[in-house]
Amino acid sequence: MTNVRPRRRAVLGGMLGALALTGCGALGGKPRVREWNLFGGGDGARLLQIHQQYVAEHPDVRFSATTLAWGPPFYTKLAMSATGGRAPEVATMHMSRLKGFSPTTMLDPIPVDLLTAAGVHESDFLPATWNRCVIDGKLYAVPLDQHPFVLYYNLEICKKAGLLGPDNKIKTVKGVTAFLDMLRAVKETTGKYAVSVDTTSPWRLWYTLYGQLQGEFFSPDGKELVIDDAKALEALDLIAKLASEGLTPRSANYAALVAQFTNGEAGMSFNGEWEVTTYQTAKLPFSMAPFPVVYDVPKFQGDSHTFVLPHQAHRNADDTKATIEYIAWMLKHSVGWAAGGHIPAYQPVVKSTEYLNLKPQAEYRSVAPNVLYDPDAWFSGSGSQLENESAAAFSGIATGQATAKGALAQFKAAIQKLLDTPSPV
Amino acid sequence: MAVQTPPRALSTTRPAAPKPGAGRPWMERWGGLFFVAPFLLLFAVFLVWPTINGFWNSFFNTSLAGVKQEFLGLQNWREMFGDPAVWSSLKNTLVFTAMSTPPLVIVALVMALLANRKGLLGWLLRFSYFAPFVLPATVVTLIWVWIYQPGFGLVNGLLTSGGFAEIDWLNTENRAMLAVVITTVWWTVGFNFLLYLAALQGIPAQVYEAAAIDGANGRQQLFRITLPLLSRTTGLIVVLQLVASLKIFDQIYLMTNGGPNYATRPIIQYIYQSGFTSYRIGYASAISYLFFAIIVIVSVAQFKLFSGRRDAA
Repeated sequence: MTNVRPRRRAVLGGMLGALALTGCGALGGKPRVREWNLFGGGDGARLLQIHQQYVAEHPDVRFSATTLAWGPPFYTKLAMSATGGRAPEVATMHMSRLKGFSPTTMLDPIPVDLLTAAGVHESDFLPATWNRCVIDGKLYAVPLDQHPFVLYYNLEICKKAGLLGPDNKIKTVKGVTAFLDMLRAVKETTGKYAVSVDTTSPWRLWYTLYGQLQGEFFSPDGKELVIDDAKALEALDLIAKLASEGLTPRSANYAALVAQFTNGEAGMSFNGEWEVTTYQTAKLPFSMAPFPVVYDVPKFQGDSHTFVLPHQAHRNADDTKATIEYIAWMLKHSVGWAAGGHIPAYQPVVKSTEYLNLKPQAEYRSVAPNVLYDPDAWFSGSGSQLENESAAAFSGIATGQATAKGALAQFKAAIQKLLDTPSPV
Repeated sequence: MAVQTPPRALSTTRPAAPKPGAGRPWMERWGGLFFVAPFLLLFAVFLVWPTINGFWNSFFNTSLAGVKQEFLGLQNWREMFGDPAVWSSLKNTLVFTAMSTPPLVIVALVMALLANRKGLLGWLLRFSYFAPFVLPATVVTLIWVWIYQPGFGLVNGLLTSGGFAEIDWLNTENRAMLAVVITTVWWTVGFNFLLYLAALQGIPAQVYEAAAIDGANGRQQLFRITLPLLSRTTGLIVVLQLVASLKIFDQIYLMTNGGPNYATRPIIQYIYQSGFTSYRIGYASAISYLFFAIIVIVSVAQFKLFSGRRDAA
C-alpha cells in the first residue's frame, strides 16, 4: 500500500513529460516530412537503408516513413487520406495509377520551381517518362524508377544447357522458335521446368507478348476497347503451350515462382526485376537480362514508382519545401534503390559508374525506353481492377481449365463493362 | 417445475416501487439514459449514422476520389440487380456458409464431448482444440497456403505418398472453396467448442447419476440427456455461426484473392472492390444494402426458430 502513491506520481510525471516533449516537437518549427510507401518486399529493405542515411544527413527535418500493404490496401488508404485533406506530405505511387487517382482532387501539383531549386530538371529524365507525369500542363509526379518485366537465369543451369556466350551472359534469342528452343534446352537440364512463372496472374507476361505483337488496347481517345483478337490469342496460345509442354508449371502462385527459381526446379524466371535481393540473399548463381523479343518489337510490360504530393487541405510552405528537397535527395541517391533491381529514372544516376558496376542490376537498363505501361483508364494500373480481371480470365490458361478463346471473351466483356461504367474520378 | 413464483408476491411489492422517485417521474423514466449516453453517442456516430449515410449514398454516384456527386435515383440499384458479379459472389458467400456451418457446429460438439474430462488428457485436448483460434487470419492463411501447395505442400505430399493424384487446391475452381472451408473449420471451431464445453459443464451431475441408476447406458445418456440439454446452446451457436460465415472475407482474400476466376469471391470482397479499388462508394453501398437485407432475414428466421423451440421446451 505504501508504495502506491509514489508510483502513481511517477506515472503522472512521466505522462506530463511526454506531453511536454510532443508539445515542444509541434512548436519546434522544424519542417515535417511524412512519407507513405508500398514497398514491403526486398526493395522495402533497401528503402529503409536509404532513409536511415537521409535521416542522418537531415537532423533539421522531422521525417517519418510508413510502409503499407502493396496494391489496393495502399491506394485505398492514400485515397481516403487525400480526400479528407489530411494526407502525408509525400507518397509513392505507380505511374500507371496516376491518371486513375483523380489528380485534380486527390493530388497537389508539384511546384516545379522548388524542384529546380533543389537541382532536379526535366532534362534529367527520359521524355517519355517525364511526359506521363504531366496532366493538364501540371506536374503531378516525379518518377523515381522504372521496373520492367525481365528474364532471370540460373548461371549454372544455363551454362550446362549451352545457352551462355563466352562472356558468361545469356545469348540473345529472337523469335518464337529460338525462344522455345532455349526453354526446351533449360527444361532438359533441370529435368523439371524451364521457367518459373506466376500462372495465377499472367497479366505481365501476356501484356509483354501482346505488346511485342504491337497489339493496341484502347482507342487513342480511351473510349473504345480495340483489342486485336488474333494477336491476343497468339499470346495466350503461347502461354498455354509453355504450360502444356511442361516448360512452365501448370499452376504456380507468386510464392511458388520465387521458390522454384531458388531451388533450381526452374532454370529461368519471368518476373519483374524486384526479386534481385531475394536471390542474392539466397546466394543463388544467377544473372538477369531483358525479356527476349519473342515477336516483332521490343516491348516489356512495366511501370514506374513515382513520388506524389497527396492533397492536403492546409499545406505548409516549409513542409512542402523540405518534401521537394527530400524527393530530389532520393533521386540523387537512387543508386542504392537501383541495387534492389529498379532502373533509376534520374539519368545522371543511370550514367554513373556506380550504377553501371551494379551486376546484374545494370544488365537490363537498355529496356528503359521500351517499358510498356498498363493501358490508360481509371480502372487500370498496378493492382487495379483491370489486372484483377485479367488474372481471373487468364489464370485458367496455363492450368488448362480455360480455352484461349473463352478467356479472351471473358476478359473483353469484363473490360467493356468497366468502360461502360461512368468514371468515378 | 415446482418452483413457481406466486403472483401474489408480485402484487404486494408493486405499489411500493414508485415511492422513491414519486416527486420526479422523469428521473425514473429517463435517468438511465445518462448511464448509457456514452455508448449511445458512439453507437449513433459509428453505427447508426454510417447506416443512414450508406443508404443515402446508394442513390448517388458517390466516389471515393472526392469528385462532385450527382443524384442517380435508382440507377445503382438497377445496375446491381443486372450485375452477374453481384449474384455470383453472393452465391459464393451462401455456398461457403452452407459448407462451413454444419462442420463448425458438429465438429465443435464432438470435440467438446471428447474434451469434457478431467486430468491431463482433458487439459491437452482443450488446449489443442482451442489453440488455432488465437492465431490471426494472416498467420493461419499463410500456413495453409503452404500446406495446400502443389509439389511440396503437406496435403499433396500425403496424397501422392498414398498413391493419389495431386490436387491443386487453391487454383482449381471446384476445390478452392473446400480448401478455404477446411482452413476455416480448423481455425475457428475452437470458439464453438468452448461454448459447448461450458454448456456441458453446466449440466448437473445428478441428472446422469439418476439416469445411471435407472439403467441408461452411455448412448442413451448422450441422446436423451446431453443433447437435449445442449439444444439452447446449439441454437445460439448456429445463429452466431451463420452470421460469422456470411461475413466471410479475410481467409478468401488472403488465400485465393477470390480466385480462381472469381470462383471463391465472396460478396464482401465484391463490395470492397467496387467501393475501394474502383472508388465507387455509391454502388458499393447499394450492394451492401442487399447483403444487409439477407443477413437480417437469416437472423430473424433463425431467431423465430430458436425462440419457438425454447417455448416448446
